[in-house]
Parts: sequence; structure tokens; C-alpha cells
Amino acid sequence: MGTVVRDYMIPANDFTVAGEASSRVRKILTQLGVSPDIVKRTSIAMYEAEINAVIHGNGGNAHVEIDENKIYIRISDEGPGIPDLELAMQEGYSTAPDSIREMGFGAGMGLSNIKKNADILDIQTEVNKGTTVNITVFFNRP
Amino acid sequence: MTVKELAEKFNYRIVNTPDSINRQVTGAYACDLLSHAMAKINEGDTWVTVHTNLNVVAVASLTNCACVIIPENIEIENQTIERANDKGVVFLSSSKSAALICYEIINAIKDVR
Repeated sequence: MGTVVRDYMIPANDFTVAGEASSRVRKILTQLGVSPDIVKRTSIAMYEAEINAVIHGNGGNAHVEIDENKIYIRISDEGPGIPDLELAMQEGYSTAPDSIREMGFGAGMGLSNIKKNADILDIQTEVNKGTTVNITVFFNRP
Repeated sequence: MTVKELAEKFNYRIVNTPDSINRQVTGAYACDLLSHAMAKINEGDTWVTVHTNLNVVAVASLTNCACVIIPENIEIENQTIERANDKGVVFLSSSKSAALICYEIINAIKDVR
């Protein structure tokens, strides 16, 4: 199989389409016959990163590459950046406003959910420049 | 037991009827933190939540749960039902509490097994 490449826009604060990129990637993986466990882990990790871009990053982009061994996802935004990444990675820490919490988000589980489900997680962030979350999930764990 | 059979057995209101209403129910899960639900719902679970916003449809679709059940007759937003139809996600509604709904479902599928 060749490499499947997809790019998606992630609009800011628009919950009518939040999760749409993750949903499409899930469909592609399922169609490719990737195992349900890998589909689930990828969906969780990508959805959390996508939602973070919607809520915190003023929207952004998702770039996805799927080859025979792995899926690589890059979610990038030009939002405010994360001042203290170590703190943000702690489960339960959240900066989400009340309006977001009322929808069921803001539990401070997003980044830790990504970490738990990705085989490789690399986050590049700079205050006032933006954040890029790089997620890799291997189809057969190395 | 299918979602439809479950709804009929316990008198849950069927809010919308995509094809997935004939899916098998294999478990029950209740949680209102979306990240937690996203991580923990198993395929085939019924998901009981008090949230009725659009994000519930996204999480239900991504986790491939059997259906969403809204407890205590909480009103469901129209745009949520429309999106649920697009995504093939069944919504049920009940006057019962989340705890009671889970109790009923777990007992019902235990009997079937």
C-alpha cells in the first residue's frame, strides 16, 4: 500500500465540525483494515489534539500520513502556545474556561490521553507563536 | 439485544432512527467528562450522559458506541439530533436516572448472555 496523505482544516471554536478530521481518519483506518485497538488509540489521541486546537489554539490544521507501518498525525495551530508544558501534561490541569467545561471538556485529560495512546508524542510549543502536536501510532508496536 | 429491543423493553423514547438502531448492545457506560468517555467507552456500549451538545455525537461516533441515552428527560438540542442522523448515532431518552438506566441495561444483557 502507498502512503495515504490527508490534510484537514480545524476551525476555531466551531463545535459543529469539531472532531470531523478525527472521524474521517477513523473511517480511513477502518477501511484499510487496521486493527480496532489501533483505530481506537489513534481516534482518542487525534480527537484530543483536534479539540485542543479548537478550544485553545484558535483552530489550526491536521496533517495525516498513513503507511503500511504507522500513522503520523501533526496538529498545528498558531494560538497562544503553552507556557509550562510540564504542568499542562499533568492530568487534571486545565485552563479551559467555564463555557468549555459546561460542554463536558476541561477535565485536564486531553494531553495525558494523547500520551497514553500515542507510541510517540512530540509537542513543540512557543508562547504567542503556537503549538504543534506530533503523534505517531505504530500498527505493530516496535 | 438490539438498541431497539432495549428501548422497547424499558420504555426509553427513541429520539431518532438511523440504521444503527438494530445494533447489538454489549455493555453500558456512564460518564459526563468527554475525555474520560472518549477513552473508556467500548464499542457496543450504551453511553449514558447528561450532555446533549454536538460533541456528544462526535464522541459517540468516534467510540462507535451502540447508542447515546439521555437520562431524566433532559432536552436534546435540535442541532445534535440533526448531526446524530448524519453520523448514524441513535439517541434514546428516559425519565430515569443514569444510575437506574445502567442498572437496567446491565441486568438485561446479563440475562441475554
